Amino acid sequence: MKNRKRRNDIILAAGLIAAASVAALVMYLAAKPGDYALVTVGGKEWGKYPLDRDADVVISTEYGENRLVIKDGVAFVTEADCPDKLCVRQHSVKNGGEAIVCLPNKMTVRIVSDKDIVDIAG
Amino acid sequence: MRKEKRKLMSPRTLCFLGMAACASMMLSYAESFIPFGLPGLKPGLANIFTVFILYRIGAPYAFAVSLVRCCLTALLFGNAVSLWYSLAGAALSLAVMLLLKQTSAFSPLGVSIAGGVCHNAAQLAVAVAVTGVREIVWYIPLLALGGTVAGVIVGAAAGIMLKKLEKFKIK
Repeated sequence: MKNRKRRNDIILAAGLIAAASVAALVMYLAAKPGDYALVTVGGKEWGKYPLDRDADVVISTEYGENRLVIKDGVAFVTEADCPDKLCVRQHSVKNGGEAIVCLPNKMTVRIVSDKDIVDIAG
Repeated sequence: MRKEKRKLMSPRTLCFLGMAACASMMLSYAESFIPFGLPGLKPGLANIFTVFILYRIGAPYAFAVSLVRCCLTALLFGNAVSLWYSLAGAALSLAVMLLLKQTSAFSPLGVSIAGGVCHNAAQLAVAVAVTGVREIVWYIPLLALGGTVAGVIVGAAAGIMLKKLEKFKIK
């Protein structure tokens, strides 16, 4: 009885880890460097910045302020006025589909490539 | 007739639940200071009490303590948005844990692993709903992995607590 439960526990944990690993691997292999950092606020487009040009923008909206820096082809957030600063702590992004999200300020930075511009939702 | 009226809980249970709510609140708070590299990635130590209460006292009490903990944490240290995140996470994880416990196919460890993953899944769903950004699904593998690890930590701790307090009278 106890062993059966222990076995089920291990199957559950192993299954979850395997599923996560496979998903991560697929996402990693499918990743291609993007071309633009698309900034959205509250789900609407706020601005678009090419990754091949260094930039330093303050995204100031009714929800709050975030500072986006693009340097050497990667985008990251250096400052935020939200309480948790999770967007600052997140890793920099450069591959298509990757995103930095600041939930309190409803701000997101997503990386898109030229072909995605037509179909952003894709 | 009056004698038949059942008490909702004994003073002993009430004391324990209050203490559990307080301790789990402090655990959530203390946890928020430790960076774990990624947003939403944390062990969720407060869940130790949820699992313990689920096994030792009963599901309604586990729901009540979780609700109190979420509201107090949001009120003292968070905001209206963080309340929705923690409520969604707590509700889904507790519901799934209750279901798995009823099947008796898993030990508290497995139950808490499922709880950890479901907690993260619910928060992810809220994040997508709040921001409307579907790219957050990129975090699914990491959050699933994080939820599993968190579930193991919480489940192991809850298991020790269940064992150590086996003879402790709560009800």
